[in-house]
This record gives sequence, C-alpha cells and structure tokens, in this order.
Amino acid sequence: MIRDPEKLDRYTAPERVNHWLVAMTFILLALSGLALFHPAFFPLSQLFGGGVWTRILHPFIGAALICFFGSMFFRFRKSCITTAADWEWLSHSREMMNGDDRNMPEAGKLNGGQKLLFWMLVACMALLVLSGIVMWRAYFSFLFPVAVIRFAAVVHAATGAGMIALIIGHIYLAIWTKESIGAMLYGKVRRAWAKQHHPAWYREITGGRK
Amino acid sequence: MALQSLDITRRSATTTPPPGQRKTMEVVKLIDVTKCIGCKACQVACMEWNDTRDVIGANHGVLDNPMDLTEASWTVMRYAEVETDRGLEWLIRKDGCMHCGNPGCLKACPAPGAIVQYSNGIVDFQEENCIGCGYCIAGCPFNIPRLSSKDSKVYKCTLCSDRVAVGLEPACVKTCPTGAIVFGSKDDMLHHAEERITDLRERGFAKAGIYNPQGVDGTHVIYVLHHADKPEIYNGLPKEPAIGPMVEIWKGAAKPVASLALGALAAGAFFHYVTKGPNEVSEEIEKEFKDDTRS
Repeated sequence: MIRDPEKLDRYTAPERVNHWLVAMTFILLALSGLALFHPAFFPLSQLFGGGVWTRILHPFIGAALICFFGSMFFRFRKSCITTAADWEWLSHSREMMNGDDRNMPEAGKLNGGQKLLFWMLVACMALLVLSGIVMWRAYFSFLFPVAVIRFAAVVHAATGAGMIALIIGHIYLAIWTKESIGAMLYGKVRRAWAKQHHPAWYREITGGRK
Repeated sequence: MALQSLDITRRSATTTPPPGQRKTMEVVKLIDVTKCIGCKACQVACMEWNDTRDVIGANHGVLDNPMDLTEASWTVMRYAEVETDRGLEWLIRKDGCMHCGNPGCLKACPAPGAIVQYSNGIVDFQEENCIGCGYCIAGCPFNIPRLSSKDSKVYKCTLCSDRVAVGLEPACVKTCPTGAIVFGSKDDMLHHAEERITDLRERGFAKAGIYNPQGVDGTHVIYVLHHADKPEIYNGLPKEPAIGPMVEIWKGAAKPVASLALGALAAGAFFHYVTKGPNEVSEEIEKEFKDDTRS
C-alpha cells in the first residue's frame, strides 16, 4: 500500500509482473546454462536436481522465457524506439558513469541506455532461441546436419554469455541508480527521483509543473 | 563401463588431473578391410559379449543390417559397390568408434567423468555420469555415438574395455574368421599393417595404405585400406577428420574467455560502486521538492 499520493506511477502492475517473470526464468536459465557451459559451473546443476535434470529443464525454461519475453517485447517495443536524443544521451553516458551528469541530455520515460539494452536483449533472445532449438537434442537436433549443430553451439554459448553480461550490467545499474529497483518492484517513484533521472518524462506527466 | 580406474589420461569436463598413476600399454585394433568378407560375425560377437539386442529392422534390399549404428548396435558392416580403375569393387568396412587419440566426444562432453580415455587409448563412455545432452554426437568427427531413446544415455563401442582390462582381445577380434581384425600393442599393429601394405602393393594395389588420421592425433582403431588415397569411397570414411574449428572454439577458448569476462564485469561493477558511489537524486532537486512541502 503506497499511501503517498504525490508519488508518480512508473510501471503498471502487469508490466512489473511480466518483468519479474522474465527475470526469474532468466536467472534459472543462466544458472543451468552455465552448468552445461564450463565444468567450473557444473555444481550449479545440483540446484536443478543434478546434471540430467539440468539438461532436461534448461530448454523448457527457455521456452517459458521466450513466452514471457515475447510478451514484454510487445509491451515495451514502442516506448523503446530510439530517437536522436537517445543517441546523444548514450554518447555522454561515459561521463555520467564517471559521476558527471552536467552534459546529459534530458531523458524521457526510458533513457537511451535502457532502450539500447532492450534491443540488444531482443537480438540475444532471437539468436538464443534459434540456436537453442538446433541444440535441443531430444526433439530437434536430428533435423539438422552436424555442421549446423556445431555452429549453433558456438552461437548459443557466445550469445548466452553476452546476455548474462547485459543482465549483470542491467542489475548493477539498477543498484547504482538509487530507488530505481522500487520503480520496478511496486511501480512508483518520488517526484524528485523522476526529475533527476527522467526530466523529460517528469515534465510530460506533470504538465510542466516542476 | 570399465574396470580400470587408475590409468585414466583424460576425463570429460574435468580441469584437474584424473587418476593416472598406472600406465598401460597403448593398444590398437587393426581392421584389414582387404581381408574382410562381410560375414558380420563381429556384429554378432559384439552384441553377444555386450548383451545388447537391437530391434528387428526391415529389409532394405541391401546387405547392411542394421542400416546404421544404434544404441544397441555398436558396430555395423557397411557395404559399398564402387567403380575404381580396377573395375567394380565391393568394399566392406566395419564401422564403429575409432577411439581417437584426441577424442572430439570427450572434448565436447559437459558432464564430469561421463567420457574417459584410458592410457591404453580406449575412449569409454561412463553412462552413469551421462546427462544425455548429445554434445558428444556434435563433437565426434566420425558420427559414432548414439543416444538411446530408452534411457537418454549415449552408447558406442567400448573396444571391449572390460575384456582388454583382463588381458583379452575385443569380442569382434576374437570371432573374426579371416583374421581381418587383429588386436595388440600399437607398435605391433602398425608393424603388421606395414607388412600387409607391402603385400597389397605387390598385388597391384598401388595406393594401399593405413588409415590412422593425424588430425585426431591418430586413432586406436586403424584400417588397412586398398585405396588409402580415397577413404571416402568406403561409405564416407572422412579423409581428414578433425575436431574442427567450431567445437574447438566452443569447448576451447570460449569457456575461459567468457567465464573470466563475466567475472571481470561483475567485479568491475562492484568496484565502480566503491570508487564512484551511487547515483542519487541531487541535493538541489531534493531541496526544491522539500520547499514544496511534499515530495
């Protein structure tokens, strides 16, 4: 129960539920995928009931993720269309990471970094699904020549590592930018937060009121 | 499955040395294709000794039976009718695991100890550790391992590692009526192969030779071929088998590079926080809203 009426709505309940369904399935996928990727991570297979269960579950969790992620894609794709201002924002993002945000162009509801992350995740998901189907030995691998399976294995490993890297970055930036986790947890943000991090969005929804 | 436990040179998905205190003699099974009459006694002996029974298949109008390796048929005779400069030739090759010096299956396997290589050269699947992912099938340059539909484990020729461990030759060798399959130390078998090749060349097979591909660091199943310059004519025996660049990247550089990169990223993020501090709402904006009585 958020009892402060002054707080601004940032994400709707369905958006939040969708996000956390994606997050939970992704973490399960990353852990089980790493277990199959490098022997150093193989003990993670114990979280899934052993190596055999990890092998069985990983692709099914992947199927769940593509459903949840697909839903999120249709929810956010319009708000993630990049503009010239977003690229300008991105070109200054290094300064911001160094603690200097004086030159940052005003971000809208989502900043250039969030939009870029979205599209990079979409690309990763597409590659992971396609290569994952080819690698799914129980149902699909017999349909493909071995050269394609080998290529898919490299694509799957590289893209999987890339997507884990993107999500590590995403989680870190959420921790780094104070109060932003709250926005995705219960959907509301303080006005001061909105004006600080998303000034153009703040102006838009408050009708120019400061 | 195996009795040997102290003479392991390679163990799948294991980054520390496997138990290898004992060193055994490197062995080779030599298959002299030129002496093979295609009787399939080796197929029968294999399923007798290993007590596997394949499903009864259909007649495809050719001698090949079963038509391919399966989880229960670890060796099959492959028959080819080929036109060569000598006229029509009937080439019969006993197919099965080659027991590579550098096994692609073992390299690809993500399950610790599901595939081992003994110091005698035998590459053996330990099915109790197998998770059924089928990566070995993608890693094998010879298309040998077969996934069982019954238990989702992968099976292939063991080179009768259980028999060899107690000083016996593999079952197929034991039963071969023409002496086309022989078994012994690698040195002896290479020597024997040389003698056979000399004999074949004298009989007009100028291109007779040995098939012991170096792209996989040699094999522990070696063929004597009458046309060693064209191994493909023996039902697609690969000319230059190798693990290949895709499996090398996937199971070589990708593993440490990606693992270190992800670790470095996580550490870098943490130290960014430690050195730069969090990204908070500025004092200026906080004040602005405080003056407004409510935030």
